[in-house]
Order: sequence, then structure tokens, then C-alpha cells
Amino acid sequence: MTAQLVTYSLGAIYSAMVVYAFAFIAFTLDLARRASTRRVEVSVAAPVTVAATTATAGSTAVLDRPDSAAPVTPGPEVPARSRAARLGMSFTIIAWVLHVGGTVLRGVAAGRVPWANMFEFSLTATAIIVGVFLVVQLWQDLRFLGAYVAGFVLIFLGIATTNFYVDVVPLPPALQSGWLVIHVFVASLGTGFYGLGAALSVVQLVQQRRMAKGLRFIASVPDPDRLETMAYRLIVVGFVFWTFTLMAGAIWAEHAWGRYWGWDTKEVWTFIIWTIYAGYIHARATRGWRGSRSATLALIGFGAVLFNFTIVNLFFKGLHSYSGL
Amino acid sequence: MDSHRPSDHYDNDAPEKPIAQPRLGVVGYLRFFWRQLTSMRTALFLLLLLAFAAVPGSLVPQITSDPNGVIQYRAANPGLSKVLDALGVFNTYTSVWFSAIYLLLFISLVGCVIPRTKHHLDALRAQPPKTPARLSRLEGFRATAAAPLDAEGVAGAITAARQLLRRSGYRVRVLSGADGDSVSAERGYLRETGNLVFHAALVGILISVGFGGGFIYTGQKVVVVGQSFTNTLSDYDSISPGRWFNPDALARYSLTLTRFKATYESQNVHAIGSPTDYTAYVTTSENGGAPKKQTIKVNSPLTLGDTQVYLLGNGYAPVVTVKDPKGTVVFSQPVPFLPQDANLTSVGFVKIPDGLAKQIGMIGLFYPTECDPSLCGANLASVHPDLLNPVLALQVYQGNLGLDNGKAVNAFALNTDHLTKIAGFESANKVPGIDLRLGQTKQLPNGLGSVTFSAIPRYASLDIHHDPTQLWALGFAVLVFAGLITGLFVPRRRVWVKAVRRGDDVVIEYAGLARGEDPGLDAAIAEIARKHSQQLGLTMNS
Repeated sequence: MTAQLVTYSLGAIYSAMVVYAFAFIAFTLDLARRASTRRVEVSVAAPVTVAATTATAGSTAVLDRPDSAAPVTPGPEVPARSRAARLGMSFTIIAWVLHVGGTVLRGVAAGRVPWANMFEFSLTATAIIVGVFLVVQLWQDLRFLGAYVAGFVLIFLGIATTNFYVDVVPLPPALQSGWLVIHVFVASLGTGFYGLGAALSVVQLVQQRRMAKGLRFIASVPDPDRLETMAYRLIVVGFVFWTFTLMAGAIWAEHAWGRYWGWDTKEVWTFIIWTIYAGYIHARATRGWRGSRSATLALIGFGAVLFNFTIVNLFFKGLHSYSGL
Repeated sequence: MDSHRPSDHYDNDAPEKPIAQPRLGVVGYLRFFWRQLTSMRTALFLLLLLAFAAVPGSLVPQITSDPNGVIQYRAANPGLSKVLDALGVFNTYTSVWFSAIYLLLFISLVGCVIPRTKHHLDALRAQPPKTPARLSRLEGFRATAAAPLDAEGVAGAITAARQLLRRSGYRVRVLSGADGDSVSAERGYLRETGNLVFHAALVGILISVGFGGGFIYTGQKVVVVGQSFTNTLSDYDSISPGRWFNPDALARYSLTLTRFKATYESQNVHAIGSPTDYTAYVTTSENGGAPKKQTIKVNSPLTLGDTQVYLLGNGYAPVVTVKDPKGTVVFSQPVPFLPQDANLTSVGFVKIPDGLAKQIGMIGLFYPTECDPSLCGANLASVHPDLLNPVLALQVYQGNLGLDNGKAVNAFALNTDHLTKIAGFESANKVPGIDLRLGQTKQLPNGLGSVTFSAIPRYASLDIHHDPTQLWALGFAVLVFAGLITGLFVPRRRVWVKAVRRGDDVVIEYAGLARGEDPGLDAAIAEIARKHSQQLGLTMNS
């Protein structure tokens, strides 16, 4: 029974990855269209040809548009809704449903929450990133981030399934606690919000660089100020979750290890990340730091999150050695 | 400079071009440095420096969290270790430089928060500011279509606005000016309150950890099944007391480990032998009171007196009985062995200074489940942590144990400098080691006597903590969290409703001002305008 559920779960995850790949292609085409409405750039146009060879018939049809309706009229009168973006969103939703299904099945197979080791944590955290991305769409068009989100999640799921995969095993006594449900889940929520915030900061920096070069902004992508505000709102939510993770972790550590803070490597890195993002929030309130500097801090912060999850988990010694690898 | 925030806070006006300053005296310089220290830029710099300074402590093992790792690291990198030692990197988080950074950060924080608190307390008592002359310059500006209102109508409109805003949680002030009557309203004082509480509570955590650390003590005790522990200084295996620790104030209690149950996975083929539960069954007695049966698990410590008792480890304590050639028992007790791997291959040391012709030391390896030699070869190995096929392998030394010179000796080591190996791999007399199964007795070499593996009880490794700061730290942490949420998400805004006379008609204007991040300002003003104009039966001028 368990073995069967595990197989279904993996099947769903692999299927989700395939659909995410389609979503990535569609969103990349959309990006190319957004850029080409101003001026066709070789680097941005490149994915179009790649996509043309790999995409299915459905998405090849989409190709016609950017080519034929192409860059005659530069300017912001690009329709906000393009077929490529719509297709990307549809693919993302389908992939996300498969993704969540696979994650839930994994939890059912294990008879517990699906975030007790690195593999499961990767499934859950990436599902949350996509979930937040989809939910935020309801009041804020973020489809220009679609390529980033789909690409990032695809890569992460790829690494998780090939490098982090572990069989379903029972929880060791140290993890048998209600705090596993809360602490780790909130950590993955925080990671999801930080990830999207970092994505917006990347786009912000790109826009700002274009501005510095005297180029116009990429049409139909918000201007840097707007991007910064959106990134800030997401990161602030991530920061609240991260603060909670830190505190819940301390309470759990007190229960399991007998002290609430012991400078364990994972505790150190959680603290470092917290401090960097606290710095980010202060940077936003400091004259001369708003703009590209605070955006860079947001990227450093998310870099630390990724470092904490991968390098610290795999290569550093400490009490949080639950990767299962 | 209206919020008494640091001068380089984003909400304050940019400074004028630098002006020629008069020469600063000593006080002037002190004030200058204080302003620098409490500026946003310095706080930001110190925050990032703190993050950066915490990194080396995660790359190099720390004495507090991983003492054995430090020993290994020093052995592997003797040269580098000297430099790291000089810099205190093995004690990063108590080092001078790390402490200096966070203390400066907290001084900067306090220096920033105190004037803001004063200002905020004043603001809490103050009335909303006067209505600006031209609302059209402000955010979310909108106005009704001109309507023929008389003085009474205007008064009614102002009253309605006042009530509406007050009901929405605004502090209101009615003003009348040359250009018309108006309501000035402000809300969201909780934002600054939360912000201040957040910062003050961080200081609270620092103080409770720093100051309360002196009252903490942490002790370790290995208790074999059947044995007892009494909470007195002498009964601890090791104890690390805080500065103000008073051994006479130890809570009076005792506990006896009656049973230790370890459960291992037996169904899941991917996890055979991995532990699924550890439970220590204890009988406790506080202040000499009636015994109580209780349990300790990994994630549920036991509270006894003013201490918590944690189950941090467990293992096997083979009972080794040694007799002299005449059959007199000279040694018979459980010896706790240290687990080395997941299958509980364990190492232990037996020392017999008296009773035999020579002092005897034994290094034992214990295998709870010996692997079948046809599968694993001639070398012993454990393949399961439970007692399915236990074997105790002893190497025997004779000579001087070094116990007589009064120096403290590590129970989990054997100093073989003055000992000769008489049984075991490459022993002087080519005698093989002694492998014992449960209940077996074998002769020691050189006619020294016999050794018996009599029983195999488990032991629990208990950590006993007394930490009166815990609740303080938790309380402040809750305040930090509450302050963070209100400080970030409660919008602070000012809203004005003004009745402007246009000839014979009157136009009602609405506008607002965000104080800090406020994504919902425009929607909030739209909502107020909609309700207010509907109430008065006016149409909005779109």
C-alpha cells in the first residue's frame, strides 16, 4: 500500500515537472514578446527558437504571434493578456495541482506531514512558492515572473527527485513532535515568500539597469518603484514567518535538546538570514539605500536561504541533520 | 523631523546642503558620535556586520556546541588553529568582537528607540494636525460634485464625517478655517507602538539571556536501569553552573530508572532497525514525598522541582564481573558504553585497580547484534541496535592505570602509557581478545582470574537543566512577534474631510497621507468618501 502510494506520488511529481517545463516555455515566449514589443534583443529572442523545436503543437501556434505581430509599434500598448502568458498560467495551474497532489500523497504514504526530510521539504516549499505566486495573481498581475517561478521550481524539483530522494521511513524520536508540523511548515512558507520577493528584486534590478543605460523599461512589466514595493510586501510577510520559525524552533529546541538557543549551525544560519532581512527592512527605511541597494540585500538574503537549505544541510555538522541522506 | 527618527530615516526630509559648521567641543564631538551611532546607516551597517560575523562560527566547530569537533579540528589544522584561537573563533558567539558588534547594535537601538518613545508618548496625547490648505495635492484626493449646502448642511456634513471617522478608529479633530470647515483624523498609532515594543522586547531578550545566564545550570547524569539519581552536586557526572549558582539551593528530589524501552522499526524494509521510540520509565520522589511513576521521552522532558530532565541519549551498560583466581568477586557492576553508530556498536572501559595480582584495564567493544561471520567476515560488526545476538569483545591490559596520583580521570578513556596489552589484537603475548556472549565466563591471561558478561541493562543519558530565564525569554519573544506584526501591518494614516465653499455651492473634499508603508490608503479614502457622500446624498465627482 505504502509502496504504491509512493509510486503514485512520484508519478504525480514527475508529471508536474513536465507540465512546469511547458509552463516555462510558454512564459519565456511571453517574456520574449514583452521585450520584443520594444526592441528585439538577441539574448531574449534565443529561447523562442529553442522553444519552437521542443514545444508541442499547441504552443508552437503561439509562436506565430510574436513573429507576425512583432515589433512594429514599440511602446506600452502591448495587451496585458497574451496567449503565451495565458497558456503559461494554465500549465502552471495544472502542474501545481499535480505537484500538490504528489506532495499530499507522499504525506499519506508516510502517515505524517510531508516535510520531514530534504526531499519532502523541497516538494512542500516549491509547492508553496507556486501557490503564493498563483494566489497573488488574484489582485496583482505577476505573470512576468512566470518564467522565473516555473524555471526555479522545475530545477528544484529536478534536484530534489534525483539528489535528495529518500524512501519513506518512520520519524526518529527527535522529530516526533507537534512542532514538526508548525516549525517546518512555517519555515517553508517563509522560504516561499522570500523566493518570490527575490524574483521581483531581480526584475527590479534588470529594470534599473536598463534605466541606467538610458534604455526604456521593459514594456508591460511594472517600473522599478512598483516592483520594489511589491517585493517589499512579500518579503515582509516572509520575514514575519521567518521570525516565527526562529521562535518556534527555539521552543522546540528547548523541548528536544534542553536549550532554546545553542548556536547549532542551522540556528546560526537561520539567525544570519533573519539579520540580513532585518537589514533589508531597515535599508528600505534608510535614505540612500532604497532602490537597487535594498534589492541586492533581498537577493543576498535569499542566497543565504538557499545556502542554508542546501550546503548547510548537506555538508555542515549539526543537530539539524534530518536530510535523510 | 517629525517622528524623532534618525535624521537619515527615509520619512524625514533630505538634509540641506552641508553648511560650514562651527568647531565642535568635546560635548559637540560626543553628540556627533552619538548621532552617528544612532543613525539608520550605522544600525544597518551593524546589522549586516552581525550577520557576517556569525558566519565563521558555523564553518568552524564551536567549543560550546561541539567540543569533540574542536579537538579534531585542532589536530587536523594545528597552524590555522593557533590563528583561530587567537581570534576566538572557536568561541565565536562569546568572543570580544562578536559581543562588541551586538552590544554596539543594541546601544544604537536603545539610542534610537528612547527619543522615539518619548515622541510617541506625546503623539498619543496630541490632537491630529491642522488640515492642509490644498487637499488636492495629497494622496487619494477625491471630491463630491458641488451641492447647494447651507451652513447647517455643512455642519451636518462635518458631524457625519467626524462620526464616520471616529467609528473607523480614527482620532478626530474638527477645525474651521477661512477656506472652510474640516475634520482632521489620524489612526494607526499602534504601528509605532508595535515598532517600539518590537525593539524594546529585543533588548529584553538580550538582558534576560545575558543576565539570567548566571542563574542557569546544566548537569549530565548517566543512569543505568535499576539505578537512582539524587539531585545533589556530588551525584552529577558533570555540571556547568552559571555565575550565581548556589549548590545548596538544588531542588530536593531523586529519580530511579525502572525501565528503558527502545522500539525499532521492524516492518518498513527501508528502515529496519531505525529507532521509532525511546521511553524512560522513572519513579520520582520530590522533597522525600511519596514515589510517583513518570516517563521521559525525547520530546517531552520531565519537570522535577525547578529543573527539567531531558532524555538526550541512551545505550548499553554491560555488567562485567571479575573474580580473582580464588573465586572472590573483585568487580561487578554495569559499565556504560558509548554508542559509536546507528547499530549501537559501543565502546567502554573497565578499570580494576584493586583485588587482583596486577592492576587491570579493559577496552570493550559491545555489539548488540553480531553479524553472522558468513555475511560480514571475521571482524565483528553490529547489524541491529536491539539485543538480538549480543557479544562483548574485550582487550585486556595490565600495569599501572594511573589512578593513584589523585588526578581526575576520564571514565570514557583508558591511558595505556603504563600498561601492557595481555589479550587482544597484537598483544605482547599473542593472546587473542576475549569475546563473551551473555552469561559466558572466560579466564583472564596470566592466571589473573576470570571475567563474566553477566547482564546487559540499558542506560539513559539525562540532562538536567535549571533555567529561570526561559519564561522571560519566551515572554519577550512573544512581544517581539506581536510588535513585529503590528509595526509592519497596521497602517498609520491621516485623513481629511473638508467642506470647501465654491460660490453658493459646497464641495466636500477627501484626502489622506500615508505615514510609512500603506498599500491600502487609496482604497480606505475611497471607502470613506463613498459612505460619507451616500449618507449626505451627494454624488462623487469622478
